[in-house]
Amino acid sequence: MADVALATRDVPTPEFQTVRTPDPHPRPTKVKADNVKVFYGQKQALNGVSIDIPVKSVTAFIGPSGCGKSTFLRCLNRMNDTIDGCRVEGEILLDNRDIYDASLDVVELRARVGMVFQKPNPFPKSIFDNVAYGPKIHGLARSKAELEEIVVSSLQKASLFNEVKDRLHEPGTGLSGGQQQRLCIARTIAVSPDVILMDEPCSALDPIATAKVEELIDELRENFTIVIVTHSMQQAARVSQRTAFFHLGTLVEEGPTDHVFTNPSERRTQDYITGRFG
Amino acid sequence: MVGYSLLLIVILSLVAYYVGRGSARRFAGGAGSDKVHSLPGYHGAFIAVWVGIPAFVLVVLWASFQGAMLDNLVISSLPQAFTDGKSPAELNLALSEIRNLASGRIFGEPAPEIRAAAERLLAWQHIASWAMVVVAAALMILVLVFARTRIAPRFRARNNVERVLSALMVFCSVVAILTTVGIIVSLLYESIAFFRLVPIHEFLFGLKWEPQIAIRADQVAGAGAFGAVPVFAGTLLISAIALIVAIPIGLFTAIYLVEYADDRVRNVVKPIMEILAGIPTVVFGFFAVLTVAPAIREAGGLMGIATSPNSALAAGFVMGIMIIPFISSLSDDALRSVPRAMRDGSLAMGATASETMTKVLLPAALPGIMGGILLAASRAIGETMIVVMAAGLIATLTINPMDSVTTVTVQIVSMLIGDTSFDSPKTLAAFALGLVLFIVTLGLNILALQIVKKYREQYE
Ligand SMILES: Nc1ncnc2c1ncn2[C@@H]1O[C@H](COP(=O)(O)OP(=O)(O)OP(=O)(O)O)[C@@H](O)[C@H]1O
Ligand SMILES: [Mg+2]
Repeated sequence: MADVALATRDVPTPEFQTVRTPDPHPRPTKVKADNVKVFYGQKQALNGVSIDIPVKSVTAFIGPSGCGKSTFLRCLNRMNDTIDGCRVEGEILLDNRDIYDASLDVVELRARVGMVFQKPNPFPKSIFDNVAYGPKIHGLARSKAELEEIVVSSLQKASLFNEVKDRLHEPGTGLSGGQQQRLCIARTIAVSPDVILMDEPCSALDPIATAKVEELIDELRENFTIVIVTHSMQQAARVSQRTAFFHLGTLVEEGPTDHVFTNPSERRTQDYITGRFG
Repeated sequence: MVGYSLLLIVILSLVAYYVGRGSARRFAGGAGSDKVHSLPGYHGAFIAVWVGIPAFVLVVLWASFQGAMLDNLVISSLPQAFTDGKSPAELNLALSEIRNLASGRIFGEPAPEIRAAAERLLAWQHIASWAMVVVAAALMILVLVFARTRIAPRFRARNNVERVLSALMVFCSVVAILTTVGIIVSLLYESIAFFRLVPIHEFLFGLKWEPQIAIRADQVAGAGAFGAVPVFAGTLLISAIALIVAIPIGLFTAIYLVEYADDRVRNVVKPIMEILAGIPTVVFGFFAVLTVAPAIREAGGLMGIATSPNSALAAGFVMGIMIIPFISSLSDDALRSVPRAMRDGSLAMGATASETMTKVLLPAALPGIMGGILLAASRAIGETMIVVMAAGLIATLTINPMDSVTTVTVQIVSMLIGDTSFDSPKTLAAFALGLVLFIVTLGLNILALQIVKKYREQYE
């Protein structure tokens, strides 16, 4: 890893080309990022990332720790706004609308681009209230019955309903880690977003809970555009249709998952997925 | 002499330390030094603590019992002819005359027996103090020599020193606990004496408080009534006003600092809050009497509301200002310890900062905030100086904040100053009030700590 790091640092402006392999059957683009640069204070964390994320499919971000996967993911729902001293340059289009445009409200954006975090973070409220939180603040339900319907169907979509249907009014923090994570997914889909961002959603879960969440992701793909950050190659290979490999703040290679894993075009991608660094 | 003895103890302990360290060094450097159990410094400390601490205890005991022993000696040395037919009280009088004479204060013409006794006392005092120094020194040297012989490569000096030090710390904490127990026992003792004079139900449920009864037969005063309800009602009224002032200000300050203020503002506001917390309560008292009370009276006058010069509102308002830092800093801690993931989770759902605050952060931090409020309340209930200066003395049973009320602490102070006698219900009532006040604030504190503890566990 050291020589690679040196090599990129010696180049004054890392103006290299991302290697892109198109899909054999291209889908329409949901999110389009163009030359996105992110700075934390003086420090640059992303050097111009451009990528098209196709609709209703799973895109996986892989790469060694600290390469900027989470940073880029947080650009897509403007969660970087909440970090002091973080600055984003470039353009990100959601359905051809600039999400950093002043006419677009963050509240509206985040209702359309939901996020699931690395560590399950249910609110210290009941299971029901956790899921009802988003619909309530966005005024999605006109009546109590409607709210209940949204909660139940979200829990069902997150394949959690059968496990919790008798204890909807008990605290969400009392669930197991895997259940908590699926609760967080239910909470996110309750506001019917278009895009769901997941930052290492299974890294705090055991293999069985992980399998359940992966299965769920595969089902959700029918209705949502999903972007997932993961450190597990197997997981990326299992759940995603496209894979993007990040390294040292740059997007090195992106393409169909089977292509990236079996026949990567870039030397560094090959090194990473075979475990030679990272 | 006590001073010299203490100096001697310090010097000899230092000497002991160097002696111990020196002799331990001799084998520490030599062959087979890997078998030495403790570092030379521990050998030094071992001898030093054993030389210093027993001698110190000896000097303290000696100094505290010397007076009483000599008094007994002097009394028994008085000639039979002089003591015959004298009551113990008269003997005591003679004794204090002797003591006065010995320390050079002469009143009138002392009897020859007294004069002789005073000289004897002086001589004995002299002997006793020197004896103390000599005995202490001898003890220290004995210990030094004996402990020196114990020093050997395998001697566990480190463990020994550790044991002595931990015993010392246990002793210190026992002192603190015993003091607390002593205070509670004396409170209880005097309160029980009070409840023998005034029935406990009359004290707890009586609606009339007029404690200024006559102590001597020739004084003109009321018949006395010891119903504590108006006093506690006054305390409650003033504390409630204080909390009404402090809770919103303190809580909103905390919310602002945690969620909205940037670093620059925070760096200004936090130190100001700390200054507010550091203002002596007597200064708050000035502020209440000289600024707030007149202002409230004038405002009341303008609006045609009858306002007492020392209204509950003035005292409560200033007390509220005093407890703002409590509430704001404890709420600040509580809000800050809600994990960042909660906040991020809510923001990522599209909630605004204020929705996140009211729907997620505040509910999650509520137990901690409640704990802070209860601690502040117990501060307010026990606060004395502000109310002594700004609240009234007459116990009126009212909820009108413009009226003058009195508080438990004010009554305690006013009963214990001026003419007092320790068997009058007026004085003893102060202890009963103190006991109830203590129970109330203790209860509040325990409740607050319980709540805070429970909520600490919630995220860990
Ligand atoms: N809040 C922040 N302030 C300053 N620097 C940050 C911040 N967050 C991330 N960085 C820096 O930006 C770079 C990219 O971080 P990022 O969290 O995006 O990495 P990552 O690829 O998600 O890593 P991991 O796999 O460990 O989660 C890192 O060098 C990191 O130190
Ligand atoms: Mg990350």
